[in-house]
Amino acid sequence: MDTMTTILQPDHATIPGVSKPVKSRAGRRVHGLSDRAIAWLFVAPTIALLLAINIFPLIWMIRLSFTNLNLSMSYLPLRFVGLDNFRDILTDEDVWFRLQTTAQFVISSVALQVVVGFGLALLINRQFRGHSFWTTIILLPMMLSPAVVGNFWTLLLQPQIGPFNYLISLFTGVPPSSFSMTGQVSLAPWTIVLVDTWMWAPYVMLICLAGLRSIPDYIYEAAEVDRASPWRQFWSITLPMTVPFLMLAVLFRAIENFKMFDMVNLLTSGGPGSTTELVSISLKRAAFEKWRTGYSSALAIILFVTVFGAANIYVKTLNKVKQR
Amino acid sequence: MRRLGWLRSTVASAVVAAAALGGLGGGQAAAQGKQLTLCWAAWDPANALVELGKDFTKQSGIEMKYEFVPWTSYADRFLNELNSHGKLCDLIIGDSQWIGGAAENKWYVKLNDFFDKEKISMDDFVPATVVGYSQWPKNTPNYWALPAMADAVGWTYRKDWFSRPEIQSAFKAKYGRDLAPPKTYDELKQIGEFFQGREIDGKKVYGAYIFTERGSEGITMGVTNVLYNYGFAYDNPKKAYQMQGIVNSADAAKGLEFYKELYKCCTAPGMTNAYMQEGLDAFKSGQVAMQMNWFAFFPGLYKDPNVGGDKIGFFVNPAGPKGHFTQLGGQGISVVATSDHKDDALAYIKWFAQPAVQQKWWQIGGYSALKAVVDAPDFPKSAAFAPQFLESMGIVKDFWAEPSYAQLLLDMQKRVHDYVVADKGTSQQALDLLVKDWTKVFKEQGKEVASQ
Repeated sequence: MDTMTTILQPDHATIPGVSKPVKSRAGRRVHGLSDRAIAWLFVAPTIALLLAINIFPLIWMIRLSFTNLNLSMSYLPLRFVGLDNFRDILTDEDVWFRLQTTAQFVISSVALQVVVGFGLALLINRQFRGHSFWTTIILLPMMLSPAVVGNFWTLLLQPQIGPFNYLISLFTGVPPSSFSMTGQVSLAPWTIVLVDTWMWAPYVMLICLAGLRSIPDYIYEAAEVDRASPWRQFWSITLPMTVPFLMLAVLFRAIENFKMFDMVNLLTSGGPGSTTELVSISLKRAAFEKWRTGYSSALAIILFVTVFGAANIYVKTLNKVKQR
Repeated sequence: MRRLGWLRSTVASAVVAAAALGGLGGGQAAAQGKQLTLCWAAWDPANALVELGKDFTKQSGIEMKYEFVPWTSYADRFLNELNSHGKLCDLIIGDSQWIGGAAENKWYVKLNDFFDKEKISMDDFVPATVVGYSQWPKNTPNYWALPAMADAVGWTYRKDWFSRPEIQSAFKAKYGRDLAPPKTYDELKQIGEFFQGREIDGKKVYGAYIFTERGSEGITMGVTNVLYNYGFAYDNPKKAYQMQGIVNSADAAKGLEFYKELYKCCTAPGMTNAYMQEGLDAFKSGQVAMQMNWFAFFPGLYKDPNVGGDKIGFFVNPAGPKGHFTQLGGQGISVVATSDHKDDALAYIKWFAQPAVQQKWWQIGGYSALKAVVDAPDFPKSAAFAPQFLESMGIVKDFWAEPSYAQLLLDMQKRVHDYVVADKGTSQQALDLLVKDWTKVFKEQGKEVASQ
């Protein structure tokens, strides 16, 4: 019997005159290769690629984190330094400061994105004239490359020619060239939050929109029969039923922002001074500018464990919320 | 299963076709002539080098290919290439500070034997460029590059503004002296303050443009011009790597304070992360009266239709209370040790070292370091900025050129930017922290660092 016939007829026992498929080895072989072997043949390049560009570098990085390797001084003998790199990092005030800066950025930007994104989703969820047009406009920022966003916001925020300062001046009367959004210690951290929110709030909006559209209409109809006010409907139906979606958005954005590099690097280069130097910028400087390979491998592992651990705790919480 | 069989034959056909195409491509490449790839930064002199290289191709038949990278990623890109023993570059015009690492890591071919064989003498080049671009260890006859592009920090000013009678009289009334290119940093600051916020031709202008860039080397290459002249040194001249009390001396702290004052009093708003290009933009757009920048850009500025010609003037980095120096820039040209075309690359260096080629290099926008060119009697008159360039090359100082230079540089970038732009701590604290950072780096490098 042909193997294809077997595949096309799932329940042989119920078809009269059709015998049960022969599960012999020979039956599954075509031109000397079994189905399983062919399947492996197709999957193998992906697995090999994964091993080569993900798993192997990870294992290699763990090995390097216990050494003194510095690529700008590769003529020095490679020494095993035990946990020295990890101790150096965890006792370095600057690293803790960078982590604090990163945490502030992640919390502020994600919080703002959730508020703005959810608000936009509530608006877009209503049917109105030009609905599709406005949805497309709102989604545009997240379709741009972070490098493009970083560059054009740098121009927008330029104190002398950038329209942003003129806009602020229009509302506040403060002279446009009297302040620099990316150059002042008090403003720069908020600037990166603002630009990141502009770019990624639409992404949160999309996730929230999926949540809002998954709420069955009959629940609202029942609420209206019970004369629940729109406010009450929001607090008792809309918000609780979109919380799992919101939490998912928070998870995705928090992980992304913890790794944030390109946009901030273009906007401020971590400055003024080290005010917006996120831990990812610090890691890039240690690894590819200072060439401290051993040290930066250890830092990368610490960051990986931190994100992985936090994400796991968060996912468990998310599951509990979903079960409720 | 027939579908899988069909796929199998398709994959096999694709593999055969790809192999055949690959073979064809290889054959075409092999049929082509010799080619050299030269790596450098993307800036005005690189365009001049492309023009100059056409003569080499004409003479040798070797095609020249260029890999130019913007300054902000130049070090990252090419140090990565050298670190990974890549074969992208046959020739590299590497920054002066790379020489220690390049020599110790054997990234460059040592050129002593080649120089002896081809009768290329380093005595024929400006001494500062030989020490700065070619030697490692410094001041020893071990050569890893041929001085290719002499450069230093200099200043441009708006000669047309300076010469206006109403501006001159206003300046004299305020400061009791004639408005002229500054000789000292105190004078420069006065002029900066004078122009700051002044309206010229209906436009608000600013005093001075100085380097403040955070990411690569900008603020360090700017602040050192003041620090050297206030008494800063990298280490004790009598005891190598002894930095305590030298890097963070009271004089050095005053110099750092001065740079911050200059930044606060006299620069245009928003110049918090600005380097070469931002300076050129500010000057070309008529925004500033004086601009700090590398001599390499001055030929282009002189030709600028709006601010060049009679409107632009040049002056040497002003002196400070403790001396008169300026920051060395520029690069040497080296043969990359992993290149498969070392002989052709050496042939390029031999050609480039010729006096006639060096003369043309200077004429078309490059900066020669050959004494035969710069010491020629007509050299000072050969360009409006030539006298200032010549004077500057006699007073240059360079940053560390140790293998760990990148760490040393980034530490200084951080400490200086933290103090000057981000208002963090005092100048003394910034330099104390810098000594701490640098001590750690040198200890990691296995150097003995004396505290006193």
